[in-house]
Amino acid sequence: MVEDRPFLNFLAHAVLILGVVVVAFPVYLALIASTHTAQAFSSGVIPLLPGAEMANNYMTMLGTGMSSSGAPPLGGMMLNSLIMALIISLGKIVISITSAFAIVYFRFPFRNLAFWAIFVTLMLPVEVRIVPTFKVVADLGMLNSYAGLSVPLIASATATFLFRQVFLTIPDEMLEAARIDGAGPMKFFRDILIPLSRTNIAALFVILFIYGWNQYLWPLLITTDDRFYTVVAGIKRMAEVADAVPQWNFVMAAVMLAMLPPVLVVIFMQRLFVKGLTETEK
Amino acid sequence: MKRTIFGNQLLPWLLLAPQLLITAVFFLWPAGQAIWQSFLREDAFGLKTSFVGLLNYRALFNDGDYVNALGVTLVFSVAVAALSMGLALLFALAVDRMLKTANMYTTLLVWPYAVAPAIAGILWWFIFNPTIGILPYLLDFVGYDWNHSLQSGDAMVLVVIAASWKQVSYNFLFFVAGLQSIPQSLREAAAIDGAGPVKRFFTITFPLLTPTTFFLLVVNVVYTMFDTFGVIDATTQGGPAQSTNILVYKVFKDGFLGLNLGSSAAQSVILMGIVIVLTIIQFRYIERRVQY
Amino acid sequence: MATITLENVGKTYPGGAAAVQGINIAIQDGEFLVLVGPSGCGKSTLLRMVAGLETITEGTVRIGDRVVNQVEPADRDIAMVFQNYALYPHMSVRQNLAYGLKNRGTPAAEITRRVDEAADILEIRPYLDRKPRALSGGQRQRVAMGRAIVREPAAFLFDEPLSNLDAKLRVTMRGEIRLLQRRLGTTSIYVTHDQMEAMTLADRLVVLNGGRIEQIGAPLEVYRRPASAFVAAFIGSPAMNLLNATLDNGRLRIGSASLPADVAGSGAVTLGIRPEDLRRTAGRADALHMSVDYVEELGATRLVHGRLEGQKLVCTLSADSTLGDMLALEADAGALHLFDAGTGARIN
Repeated sequence: MVEDRPFLNFLAHAVLILGVVVVAFPVYLALIASTHTAQAFSSGVIPLLPGAEMANNYMTMLGTGMSSSGAPPLGGMMLNSLIMALIISLGKIVISITSAFAIVYFRFPFRNLAFWAIFVTLMLPVEVRIVPTFKVVADLGMLNSYAGLSVPLIASATATFLFRQVFLTIPDEMLEAARIDGAGPMKFFRDILIPLSRTNIAALFVILFIYGWNQYLWPLLITTDDRFYTVVAGIKRMAEVADAVPQWNFVMAAVMLAMLPPVLVVIFMQRLFVKGLTETEK
Repeated sequence: MKRTIFGNQLLPWLLLAPQLLITAVFFLWPAGQAIWQSFLREDAFGLKTSFVGLLNYRALFNDGDYVNALGVTLVFSVAVAALSMGLALLFALAVDRMLKTANMYTTLLVWPYAVAPAIAGILWWFIFNPTIGILPYLLDFVGYDWNHSLQSGDAMVLVVIAASWKQVSYNFLFFVAGLQSIPQSLREAAAIDGAGPVKRFFTITFPLLTPTTFFLLVVNVVYTMFDTFGVIDATTQGGPAQSTNILVYKVFKDGFLGLNLGSSAAQSVILMGIVIVLTIIQFRYIERRVQY
Repeated sequence: MATITLENVGKTYPGGAAAVQGINIAIQDGEFLVLVGPSGCGKSTLLRMVAGLETITEGTVRIGDRVVNQVEPADRDIAMVFQNYALYPHMSVRQNLAYGLKNRGTPAAEITRRVDEAADILEIRPYLDRKPRALSGGQRQRVAMGRAIVREPAAFLFDEPLSNLDAKLRVTMRGEIRLLQRRLGTTSIYVTHDQMEAMTLADRLVVLNGGRIEQIGAPLEVYRRPASAFVAAFIGSPAMNLLNATLDNGRLRIGSASLPADVAGSGAVTLGIRPEDLRRTAGRADALHMSVDYVEELGATRLVHGRLEGQKLVCTLSADSTLGDMLALEADAGALHLFDAGTGARIN
């Protein structure tokens, strides 16, 4: 701040408080809705103060699911989401860090071609090539499986670029010292590169976990067996029914549960999250 | 480029193999399929497939629905980018004035990044629900009859708000980083030169934020074109009367629900072209900014 | 301990550019050899070729009796100290020192013994459990040396190890390196661009220019009889005066001034005179008359900058001398260095 202007400071606080309230408003309403009985909504206006059914609604959703629409219990779907998010984020990190290692620390024929092949994946979001990708996964018999949920999303140009840039900032002398110290490629990778990249790995993990957890279209398409439903995609199925038979309390309890894990990750790992976001730039 | 490297020839291929394999099977092959498919057309019974050249593409541009989707996508992208970037810049400028409370405000503003687009859609759909939603209830007092399942304008407003709500956090973080990278001495020099806060913003701060703004513009366009699928699907599903049917949603609808594979593939190919152009712009920006 | 022999060594990059060529050096067992030259002269490349970090395209490098051209750096029995130290930032000092030994399968007890011994020699024992970032520049430098010592290698290779330190610490560490090398008696090659460092450290120094050797010799030998105008200008501070002169049957003419010379022949030459070899004279007929531009006081001495027949000249005088606008100077015939005006090669 260049100079102290009380009015501007007041204005800034006012803008931010208003912003925080507006940003939080939809979630507040969802939280309130999830604490009432289904009958509370029949009056025509959403209640604005908490009700008494919170524990009941959440236990119902986690344990038994929504009976009227045949939706499975949320507990299982959240576990599926967790498994999918972990496979995607850890898988992306592993295959990206080894790819970046190969590209930065070796010279081999077609190195540039390999680099560009990976680069292409950045250009093709899954939504764009959804039909043929679905067909490939179906042909490989990967529908309704954890592999089908996660493997097609694992290739990552973004993470490869990030690690490439991290490796390029590591001084050449680090490798030279390690070579003189008798470290071969894999030893150097394990003893030097991975420890030196660990904050980048952690930051990337935060971003990728959110990315994985929030997958929507892909799980919606390739899971028809409710044992493999993920929570974000599963809610859509619930909300569709809810429009006809309003059970807003249950739907909103599900919404709260579906967004809780990634939101907690952002709040408690804010430093890593910001680092991950600004470094991957995507 | 590293000065020193390892001499192995086989090892780098082993290290690259998983990534290349997945890229080939799930990215390159389907993309190739989409291109090939876009030149084919199936007959009405799905029995015979014939090569039709660019017919699918030509049909698209004669198709009122497709031209409409182009326009909808444009309106949607511009509106979301303008709304989310404008608010984000406002918040970032305010936070930039804060010392002790900056971190707390940041935390309270960034968490929606973690909310899935589909969930964001459902949250706002609930608020705008014509029967029980709070906002239609309030709008009723000023005499406006909100109904996004019947009125095109209402539907567009709904998806724009839901998509922007989630994107503000991302833009906010980049604007904050951009503001922090402006040397304090520049603003101090301008203050000594007699520029007040407003003048300083327009003559110093905003011009120096141009790279950030441009970068965010590209990212936001990519976001609205592809990542908002969940927002649309959870709220309007492209309706009413195609008024929120963005390109990526139409690809899905025509391919999976309409089973019009040739047309869907042609749409995919056009989208890929758009992504490639946007990615190259974005990539050039990153390469320019991060130089080693 | 070992000798290192470079025979006709050269490196040509794939593009055809030659980094170094025709290098012949025989380094004695226990010798401290300094490679010195301006940046881009190929000194670091040469060192890295000995280390095995650059491929050798011509000639052979021997460490002891073994030709090491195709040997991996780790198997050459050498240790290297880098300019930026290249300490592993995520490892403690102890782990940094132990890493090379561990990779070689040295028994744990032996590692501990060697690390402790090196830590005592370098007085870094209190820092053994710290990470490098918690150390000062001088301490990091010691750790980098420690990493070389624990290996007990046949040779130490130093790549400008002091250039990241401030001037004062540089002088201290310079002394320590010399002392340490004397004590351990390990053959060492040391690269620097600083001629002062080269002079003070070396048993012998090698002056490199444009990828070729200009001169090899003991520091004083190189200082007293530089083999070329390049070496003359590079070694010594303040730098030697180099004047355009004409050799004319036993006289050296610089414009209208002239000096006796003990060289026959005639033609254009470059005349070198060190500033400290110039002294004032009174009443000598063929004195050199220098006009004074400005004076730098160094305390015990002063540097007088001026012109002789329009050419720049510097001389070192004692601080108590009184100065006018003009100085009459002379130099002994033995202090005159004559170089070919074209090739720069020494001719007397």
